[in-house]
Amino acid sequence: MTIASTEGITASDDRTPVKGSPAANNDARAILLLLAAGVALNAALAIVGLWSDFAWPAIGASFVLLVLACERIGRLVPVKGRGAYERTLALGFPLLVLVLWELAADSGFINPTWFPPPSRIGSALWDLSTRYDRFSGTTLLGRPWLMPEAFNSEGWAGVWKLVAESHVFATVARVLVGFVLGAIPGVLLGVVMGLNQTVRLMLDTTLSAIYVLPKIAIFPIVMLMFADPFGEAPKILVVALSVFILMAINTMAAVRGIDKVYLMAGKNYGAKGWSMLRHVILPGAMPVIFSGLRIALGTAMIVIISVEFVRAKQGVGYMTFYYWEVLNPEKMYAGLVVVMILGVLLTYALQWLQRRLMPWQQK
Amino acid sequence: MNAAAMQAIAAPKIGARNVSKHYPTADGTMVALEDFSLDVADGEFVCIVGPSGCGKSTFLRMVAGLESISLGSIDIRPGQERAKPLNSVVFQEYAIFPWKTLIENVAFGPQMRGIGRKERLDTARYWLDRVGLGKFSEYYPHQISGGMKQRVSIIRALANDPEVLLMDEPLGALDAQTRVVIQEELLRIWEETRKTVLYITHSLDEAVLLGDRVILMSAQPGRHLATFKIDLPRPRTIAMQNSPRFAEYRAEIWEKLSAEVTRAMEARP
Repeated sequence: MTIASTEGITASDDRTPVKGSPAANNDARAILLLLAAGVALNAALAIVGLWSDFAWPAIGASFVLLVLACERIGRLVPVKGRGAYERTLALGFPLLVLVLWELAADSGFINPTWFPPPSRIGSALWDLSTRYDRFSGTTLLGRPWLMPEAFNSEGWAGVWKLVAESHVFATVARVLVGFVLGAIPGVLLGVVMGLNQTVRLMLDTTLSAIYVLPKIAIFPIVMLMFADPFGEAPKILVVALSVFILMAINTMAAVRGIDKVYLMAGKNYGAKGWSMLRHVILPGAMPVIFSGLRIALGTAMIVIISVEFVRAKQGVGYMTFYYWEVLNPEKMYAGLVVVMILGVLLTYALQWLQRRLMPWQQK
Repeated sequence: MNAAAMQAIAAPKIGARNVSKHYPTADGTMVALEDFSLDVADGEFVCIVGPSGCGKSTFLRMVAGLESISLGSIDIRPGQERAKPLNSVVFQEYAIFPWKTLIENVAFGPQMRGIGRKERLDTARYWLDRVGLGKFSEYYPHQISGGMKQRVSIIRALANDPEVLLMDEPLGALDAQTRVVIQEELLRIWEETRKTVLYITHSLDEAVLLGDRVILMSAQPGRHLATFKIDLPRPRTIAMQNSPRFAEYRAEIWEKLSAEVTRAMEARP
């Protein structure tokens, strides 16, 4: 979003100064001035010994100065280098934050026990991946160092057994199974609600009411429904349920949003029933359905992590909570990093699927 | 009147008898179309003009079976081949599917009628070539211009080979130059296929240029106001718009239409 908005600003800005021109020189001077002002402000506060008292205003002011400087740098970048510039900005800023975090924790400005520096979170993540926690009897990735041996003695079944004991596998499997079990009936119900006013009137209010209910609040009731309340079924069901509700509401909106003229064209050219669904309604609703699936994926992650906090013996949420119980903040942060990585990978998978299913949207 | 025309009137291709369209609204019934009758002969090109809101598009959609008929009846006489679709609509908004390539769009009608893949793609390719879009067959609609989209929309209808072609202001959304090009193309294709066409338009020039007959409708409620027989020779060309006969027809229709447009504007402030 930030990239898009900077693009907007630079695109509307038609004075791209030529190198060496007065405008370019002005910009270059302004950049130096802004950066110097940022450094001077922080240095002055630090010397007087008031920096920690005014930490938030100082950070805010530094950020504004940095944005102003970067916008001027952006104007000096030739069109050829724009892509590289935008990537640098998008990756460079988070990197800068991490570096500052590291420095702040090292210098004791923030308490490294509660806000461990990124380097220590990184080594905690490495530790989790390469070591077996004997006490909890679990592992993040399923002891990859044992896999070659297991493959030699038992083949793929041996590797599979190791993978199945990992936290990552447990979480991903629950999310994927729950997601599919919820999304398919959700989309189907949404299509029916989008097309049939009677069904829509009957269900819309109820679904909206359930939608706002925190899904973790239904979890105890879902556990009641199963013979084994601690098994996988209630966890998967609660994920499926939250995805189902969201997708039903989203798909209904998607179907109602299809331009009526496409439905008329479909009907006039002989589409009905399944062929209407297959050739007109589903492709017409697809873009909105996919943005719904992306939100549903986020919801599914929230639900599964919180369910794993409460009741699980395996899973990334369980692992994060377990390290809270034994008070190991580095590994708690590592757990969050794993969740973020999973989120990014699953979103990529969804985008891949989207490109496959909607080739007409490719630029 | 020749014998063929006599026979055509005896059994019209499209027969609309005393058709009305009522919409229930919060404050009573709105009459969009009242007691409208029209016979279109086989192979005839009929244009309907009228002020906005005269129900001409509603009538066309009723002929297409896309709107219910409140009173009266509309029949399209089937031809020799029963498998042929009765009608295909060309919409003003093109309505070609953005999620299908051009060739898939053109092959859509035959596909829905269960025609095999090879045959329907051959038909579609034939029509794409015919309007010069052959090399764009694998493009998606968002990659082509408005004029090209409307060409695709027109040949989608023609590839469906319907008994009757229904065109709802097909050139209304195009710029003036593109319009002329496609008008010419329409004339050429119609001379070759001689389909029965019902054509809705805002443009008098277009109606006189294309139509064998021009039907003028009144506004709110839509009624039949006048019929003009256009006796310009076929095949017609764009150049005929400069002929005195063309100007006479246009002036004659405009005289009636302008009074109606004024009345409609005053009725709806």
